[in-house]
Amino acid sequence: MSNRSGQAHQLRVGDRPLIKYTLIGITLLLTILLLVVPLISIFQQALVEGVGHYFASLLEGDTLHAIGLTLFVALLTVPINLVFGVMLAWSVTRFEFPGRKLLMTLMDIPFAVSPVVAGLLYLLLYGNNGWIGSWLYDQDIQLMFAWPGIVMVTVFVTCPFVARELIPLMQQQGREDEEAAVILGASGWQLFRRVTLPNIKWALIYGVILTNARAVGEFGAVSVVSGNIRGETNTLPLHVQLQYEDYQAAAAFASASLLALIALITLLFKAYIEWRQEKLMHHESDQEKQVAK
Amino acid sequence: MSILIDNISKHFGSFQALSPLSLDINEGEMIGLLGPSGSGKTTLLRIIAGLEGADSGRIQFGDRDVTNLHVRDRRVGFVFQNYALFRHMTVADNVAFGLEVLPKSKRPDAATIRKRVMHLLDMVQLGHLAQRFPSQLSGGQKQRIALARALATQPEVLLLDEPFGALDAKVRKELRRWLRGLHDELGFTSVFVTHDQEEALELSDRVVVMSNGHIEQIDQPGDLYASPNSRFVFDFLGNANVFDAQFSHGKWQNDVASLQLPNEAPKTAGQIYLRSHEFHVSSVATEQAFLPLKVVAINLIGAEVRLELTPIDWRSDNIWEVDLPHKAFDKHCFEKGQTVFVTPKAGYFFANGQKTPQPVYW
Repeated sequence: MSNRSGQAHQLRVGDRPLIKYTLIGITLLLTILLLVVPLISIFQQALVEGVGHYFASLLEGDTLHAIGLTLFVALLTVPINLVFGVMLAWSVTRFEFPGRKLLMTLMDIPFAVSPVVAGLLYLLLYGNNGWIGSWLYDQDIQLMFAWPGIVMVTVFVTCPFVARELIPLMQQQGREDEEAAVILGASGWQLFRRVTLPNIKWALIYGVILTNARAVGEFGAVSVVSGNIRGETNTLPLHVQLQYEDYQAAAAFASASLLALIALITLLFKAYIEWRQEKLMHHESDQEKQVAK
Repeated sequence: MSILIDNISKHFGSFQALSPLSLDINEGEMIGLLGPSGSGKTTLLRIIAGLEGADSGRIQFGDRDVTNLHVRDRRVGFVFQNYALFRHMTVADNVAFGLEVLPKSKRPDAATIRKRVMHLLDMVQLGHLAQRFPSQLSGGQKQRIALARALATQPEVLLLDEPFGALDAKVRKELRRWLRGLHDELGFTSVFVTHDQEEALELSDRVVVMSNGHIEQIDQPGDLYASPNSRFVFDFLGNANVFDAQFSHGKWQNDVASLQLPNEAPKTAGQIYLRSHEFHVSSVATEQAFLPLKVVAINLIGAEVRLELTPIDWRSDNIWEVDLPHKAFDKHCFEKGQTVFVTPKAGYFFANGQKTPQPVYW
């Protein structure tokens, strides 16, 4: 790093000033137009009728209910996918079984399929006329157009995040640590809590953040199965649309600003974790260098 | 504790990793499993530990049948090739792990654990590193911590997978001596895996030579060296020069090269295995042997000089190696490119189709 100024005149491939500044300029311009301006305008539009009106529209009954439902759905989805993701990652990295490769491919279906299609599938399967739904209807159980349906599709849409984060890490770490722990007498739970979990902790937190962000913001799949019943099955993203269609633009933007805020907090948290992990890695390699000396 | 291995076999898919094999290990013995990679030695070690299940056969520790006993309950110490230290724990916590996970009724109190850990760390001479993390240790230190961790629960059987594989030559030698001392002092039964013949011969009470999932030979190091019972063992232990011989005109011949038969030798074709230090070398042929070779390299190896030789007008699959004391070398002053004649003093004759050799002396 220290000799950078001395090499400034030595251009590398693609370092021609014209190309360099054109590319940087275009990137910056696009970022501002596509990301920064819309983000600012959300808050600007939300506050256009004053701070008082902003908070009043957030504290309105249906909006409060939408906020509550969204948090509730996230609160159920995240733990379910946390456990499921760990189990999935553990299965495919620690066991050999027929269909293992297939399972790893299937895992990505929620990424590949449009959320609306996912919602429709659930509706067809679990709706009152559906295959499983009609039986459930006879038992007086209603999943679709109620919060359980919303949770189900949200779980579906967000299920790969945790496993996707864990699998490469667990593959790289191998199973020797775990074998060592078992030989030393650790029970299954002790093994998981004292050896596996500390090893995957940061990847797990990262996966949870992504899961949470998506669970809070999911629109397509939820809109198909929720039924949009105001004050009952309306999540925050659906509520934004509803308010906008009701010509309450400022209120819609106020709700949207909440979602944007959650997204910003998520990004900050994600950046913090990445920074932390990088520091940890640096720390380790520094120490290794010292030992080598 | 003695270990009895009875008819153990194992395959992975269609690959036969271990053909049924049996092995008796005495209490307090140190056994080296020696073989090239793919010979099944690590698989055998993992089966003894319980990390791998055998397809057939039975394993006994003392008079306890452990064949179907879970790894956790076998209570063996195991040292992994890459140490497998828990990277998020300090050295002290690593060593304490085996004690910390004991069920409450058997677990010593915190103070006792701490004392025991310090004692173990002192034993491996690393007490001052207790609060370090594994990433802050050198390879040799990691190795010793892995050993202290394995010994914390006082196992009667210690298993080591290529224990010195990742270390440099000097550290390796030190640790080898140190491990042998520890073994003799604490009296556990040890089995270790290695592909390094020097390591196996130096460290073991008995060496088990393996190839292709079979046991080729089990013997004390001295006997193994003196009487290898197959071509494989001969090849694997030390540098053997092979003279591929036809029998004609009362001599062993290979193109222009020929060798007088010693009195007791069978009058047939076969291969004569000759160790690198069992030769006279001179610039003229002798009555006993006509083996012309060209000097292609001269290497100084500690107390000896090693000549690398290629046959002149006869065939051999490998370059021949002959070790000479400095004195003998200085007398003749061999040079690169020169033609020399070697005369063997002793060797082992494998008649064609015969699996076991017959020693021959001139």
